[in-house]
Amino acid sequence: MSLASFAAQLLNGLASASSLFLVAAGLTLIFGVTRIVNFAHGSFYMLGAYVAYTVGSAAGAYGNSPTAFWWAALAAGAAAALVGALIEVLLLKRLYGAPELLQLTATFGVVLIVRDIALALWGPEDRIGPRVRGLDGALNLAGRAISEYDVFLLVLGPIVLVALTLLMRGTRFGVVVRAASENRVLAGALGIDQARLFTAVFALGTFLAGLAGALTLPREPATLSMDLGVIADAFVVTVLGGLGSIPGAFVAAVMIGLTKALCIAAGDVTIGPVTFAMPRLTLVIEFIVMAMVLLVRPAGLFGRRDAAPPTPAAAEERALVTRPTAAHAAAASALVGGGALLPFLGDEYALILTVDILIAALFTASLRLIAGTGGLVSFGHAAYFGIGAYASALAATHGYPFGAALALAPIAAAVAAAAFGVLCARLSGIYLAMLTLAFAQIVWSVALQWDAVTGGSNGITGVWPSGWLAERTHYFHFVLAVSGAGLAALVVVAFTPFGYALRGGRDSALRAGASGIDVAARRIKAIAVGGAFAGLAGGLYAFAKGGTSPEALSIPRSVDALVMMLLGGQATLFGPLLGAGVFTWLQDTLARATDYWRGAVGVVIVLIVSVFPHGIGGALAASWARLRGSR
Amino acid sequence: MPRFAFVLLTALTACAAAPGLSAQTIKLGEINEYKQFPAFLEPYRKGMELAVDEVNAGGGVLGRKLEIVSRDDNGVPGDAVRAAEELLTRERVALLMGTFASNVGLAVADLAKRRQALFIAAEPLTDKLVWANGNRYTFRLRASTYMQTAMLVPDALKAGKRRWAIVYPNYEYGQAATASFKQQMQAQQAAGIEFVEQAVPLGKIEPGAVVQALIDAKPDAIFSSLFGADLARFVREGELRGLFKDRPVFNLLGGEPEYLDPLKEEAPTGWFVTGYPWYAIDTPEHRRFRDDYQKKFGDYPRLGSVVGYSAVKTAAAALQRAGSTDTEKLVDAMRDLRVDTPFGAVIYRALDHQSTMGAYVGRTAVRDGKGVMVDWRYADGKDYLPPDDVVRRLRPTD
Repeated sequence: MSLASFAAQLLNGLASASSLFLVAAGLTLIFGVTRIVNFAHGSFYMLGAYVAYTVGSAAGAYGNSPTAFWWAALAAGAAAALVGALIEVLLLKRLYGAPELLQLTATFGVVLIVRDIALALWGPEDRIGPRVRGLDGALNLAGRAISEYDVFLLVLGPIVLVALTLLMRGTRFGVVVRAASENRVLAGALGIDQARLFTAVFALGTFLAGLAGALTLPREPATLSMDLGVIADAFVVTVLGGLGSIPGAFVAAVMIGLTKALCIAAGDVTIGPVTFAMPRLTLVIEFIVMAMVLLVRPAGLFGRRDAAPPTPAAAEERALVTRPTAAHAAAASALVGGGALLPFLGDEYALILTVDILIAALFTASLRLIAGTGGLVSFGHAAYFGIGAYASALAATHGYPFGAALALAPIAAAVAAAAFGVLCARLSGIYLAMLTLAFAQIVWSVALQWDAVTGGSNGITGVWPSGWLAERTHYFHFVLAVSGAGLAALVVVAFTPFGYALRGGRDSALRAGASGIDVAARRIKAIAVGGAFAGLAGGLYAFAKGGTSPEALSIPRSVDALVMMLLGGQATLFGPLLGAGVFTWLQDTLARATDYWRGAVGVVIVLIVSVFPHGIGGALAASWARLRGSR
Repeated sequence: MPRFAFVLLTALTACAAAPGLSAQTIKLGEINEYKQFPAFLEPYRKGMELAVDEVNAGGGVLGRKLEIVSRDDNGVPGDAVRAAEELLTRERVALLMGTFASNVGLAVADLAKRRQALFIAAEPLTDKLVWANGNRYTFRLRASTYMQTAMLVPDALKAGKRRWAIVYPNYEYGQAATASFKQQMQAQQAAGIEFVEQAVPLGKIEPGAVVQALIDAKPDAIFSSLFGADLARFVREGELRGLFKDRPVFNLLGGEPEYLDPLKEEAPTGWFVTGYPWYAIDTPEHRRFRDDYQKKFGDYPRLGSVVGYSAVKTAAAALQRAGSTDTEKLVDAMRDLRVDTPFGAVIYRALDHQSTMGAYVGRTAVRDGKGVMVDWRYADGKDYLPPDDVVRRLRPTD
């Protein structure tokens, strides 16, 4: 590569970095103050792009007017801010007292709703914005053309950085925001109106997202998948830079932009006998960069370790605190017994759906052990599920009998989980969660690209249970037994000395350590045990579906687990089963009822979350307790 | 708590009690990734509707009306398998059809084999569907990745270029197109040939860097299998930086209205593409289809419309020929089945269950601020398949 082309690639990388920074700046602002992991940030970005397209088109193809594009961009930012503020006031405000992850679930519901609204308003076709008048040409730099608009973005990034820094350092608003980021309680005690502040910050953050969406329109068409397309990158930049740090987000965006550009520029790289296509790495390079940085600096580049102290969970939302009684055991037995009779109803599909629900419940319960009992939030739990699914599927296609192939699933997942646990034991909170996401994405990209072994994007097919289990009813009973045992084991383990020690480490790592508990070791063990059960669920899934594909490892599956866990209620014994049952059944039913089923699922999630902040299980338990009390 | 048991059981029995529809209709079970690929699949859905209306207006099939029961699989193979099971067990559909993504198509094909149900794969392009993973119960309508690549190869050979840059979305379709192109070019071009590659993450191309890297590679010609938003970004950035100047460019699927139309006046000119020039095809069967479609929906047909329409026509023809909804009879009827489509008659080959539906090959141009295909010809699918003995080796016996 010549020096000139290297320089040109640096510029490309910086232009992309600027546009990434704009999105991430809003996200990091919002998180810094409100501690909300705003999954819907990408939706505001998408909304911005569509609004800019519409306003621009209405203004008569803004290619014709020199200022129309800029008005369109501002309108897009304003529209996003308006919607953002509305969502904050109407939905999120109700949830600040609830478990932190519940807000994530709520914003996930918002993602689903916004996407379907966009489909209804703008239709399915990609919308390409015209080029910007005055910036539609190319500049010649040492014989290489670079788009004027890219140069504009490249300059805009630092300008926004400086503007935001001035806002944070030089205005009262900035001082208040920083105070609230440092210590919410103290800021409140000093008379800062948190409700107004949160709304303002949320509006500002979503304004930046909308603006970023609008500014990306000359480079990239508005599509219905740009919301989730950008959110993972934005999270990575935010976390890599250190949560709440705007300069950090800028540096992180530059790092990622440059690394990507250089991977693309490098092309095929030959080291000895091995030729590796570097551009293929662009699929996950941001996650690899983030993982490497977090392993060395557990709070990101500019984050402070104590910036986000874990808030101890309120009593009613701590997972599995009350020891199950004989009544619980009887109810569980009745459930399994009743379930075993299901085949006699004669509805084959009910069996298929129940198998899916049982597998999802086991998957969710395994997450609850890690995230609920262990307090270690995971955004990448699908990694273990997928590893289990692939292990079983690969073993089955290589001729191993069903039992051995299924047994391999929890083993492979536990090994991977333990290895991951050892690497990340020193991280906590949202940083740990992001590292789990990075791990899952890396595993996903390996599954996607290692064609010879994993079948690439097509995955593996032709994996079905053999022998007497080939009969649908038999496999149903098998899954019922295995999942039932797994669910019971995951409850029991929370009340062993190991479980108590784990909880001790969650509620106060310092005190637990002082009383002689090796907190890190317990955490690694929890991740390994949870991973094993997730892997078992994955193995059952592979045999139920006839194989697996990279979707088993994808971000949406990890999110599903979190949503199911919170829908069901973390603290309730039967929470995972309830959450998995409601979520799976809802998707299945709504998908048949309406074309806009995804939005409908979103609405239901938002409703459940705002009406029952402790999940369906929590609500049922509360009304049960009232019922008993009134007797 | 027995309450939970009660809730769960009520939920389960409630969904078990869905009322059955009239036994008079023949149900076609359709599964697709409507939410993942709406640009292609919304027109596809309309195409299906048009065909069902036509068939039913003509008295239906076997004296019964057709009814489509459609399911969205969310782009997840596991969900598609569940939807297929639901269609088979609860809706009692006569056959399965649809799917867009290759991984979903392969998963449903495998289920069809296991449950012994006919599956008419409408859109998935992967060669594996009818070759490496082919089975007795699966048939495919669309021209495969191999076939569409082969349609572009003659012109690529004529270009007589030595150094090719290949850019493709980094998943099965792009990888297979790239491999097919390299293999066919190497086999047929006498002079030495070399390739440089850029794999881009699907939907997330970094256009500036990719275009720059391609320029630096100094290729003589370009072969791309990008589509959708990636293609749009690649075109804009490539035009701006002069990547396409004096270089022939070949782009699989680039002429499909789904991907060409959003580009409007910025559509590339002079590219060799496969696609669908709906405005220019003047055969009687296509004219009739286009007129009916425009009358019904007030919109012009996209390629998806043709695929959806032809898939339903295939199902109707198979039912007619089999004289029954029995799967084994349907499968036998599908072998060498002739179906009239807007592209003319196609045959589902008994050899590998691939239909001979072709594609239009031509060059892109801009007319009245819109991207169009010019100098096009219809490439009949039957002319772009490997020799029969090669196919036999590729495909397991049923």
